[in-house]
Amino acid sequence: MLTYPIIGKIEATQTREGMPEFRVGDTVRVHYRIVEGEKERVQVFQGVVLKRHRAGVRSTFTVRKVSFNVGVERVFLVHTPRIEKVEVVSRGVVRRARLFYLRGLAGKAARVRDAKD
Amino acid sequence: MNQNPGIIGKKIGMTQIFDDKGEVIRVTVVQGGCVVLGKRTLEKDKYSALILGLGERKEKSTKKPVLGFIKKAGQTPKRWIKEMRCSAEHAAKYEVGQKVALDGIFEAGQIVDAQGTSRGRGFTGVVRKWGFAGGVSSHGTHEYFRHGGSIGTNMTPGRTLPGLKMPGQYGNETVSMLNIRVAKLILEDDLVLIEGAVPGPDGGLVVIRGAVKKKNAGKKKA
Repeated sequence: MLTYPIIGKIEATQTREGMPEFRVGDTVRVHYRIVEGEKERVQVFQGVVLKRHRAGVRSTFTVRKVSFNVGVERVFLVHTPRIEKVEVVSRGVVRRARLFYLRGLAGKAARVRDAKD
Repeated sequence: MNQNPGIIGKKIGMTQIFDDKGEVIRVTVVQGGCVVLGKRTLEKDKYSALILGLGERKEKSTKKPVLGFIKKAGQTPKRWIKEMRCSAEHAAKYEVGQKVALDGIFEAGQIVDAQGTSRGRGFTGVVRKWGFAGGVSSHGTHEYFRHGGSIGTNMTPGRTLPGLKMPGQYGNETVSMLNIRVAKLILEDDLVLIEGAVPGPDGGLVVIRGAVKKKNAGKKKA
């Protein structure tokens, strides 16, 4: 299917710079702007990157954390201006592209090996 | 009849942009840049309209009468030529040979109508065309899977009622999307970004004009 180069030109204006390089298995802190009524504040979401969906402007990444014994996953758009910044907390060593197996594990078993170890 | 100011454009495709709140807007990109080839005037033609042309066509593949008309306007042959009814005041703003600037017609946030020709699907059965469920595939069904079922009763009324959904040509018809919003104008490339979908394939002709069912052609009050 033919895609016009103009689309690429528009999408290039929608992408953002300054996103740190991170991979599946890394632990990241996502600083995300949240608008509550009139007020705007930054919420931090820290967890393991389960998945990176690389698709130009539509790229996303999924972060999973366990909060009060409940697994929470959030999907972020890579290029959304709502992300203030992403910090890489630690690098993980994994052998899969998608870490969905973590969903079935809990506690010590649900850890990802750190690259420093 | 929609006589609001508008353009003819080429559908480029779909993408997404972020608005100032950081929310995603799904948009269809339409490229304008049409040229006024002629005018219809109240004095001569009893109505007013602009004749717009868009795209390029080889001279050898242009029909002679059209070529004569193009030559008279001092232009190169166009792929699409379309007459757009409009008010006499709007027509007076343009000269023959002038490019129709997008910011003179649309503004971001304006409500518009978009008209295009939907993709042709040919002769299509009722399952695809009308969303019929088809028949059951077991319980002894024999060669009756994607049929439409009964088309009426016997003696009373003794005919099939008009408007019954049956197989036939699907697509390749003029479809209008009413009251859709202009998300953004990109003037250097003559692009209009319209929220949501617009009928037709990429590369197809689209007519965009101010919304007919809104006051002030869908613009915010000036």
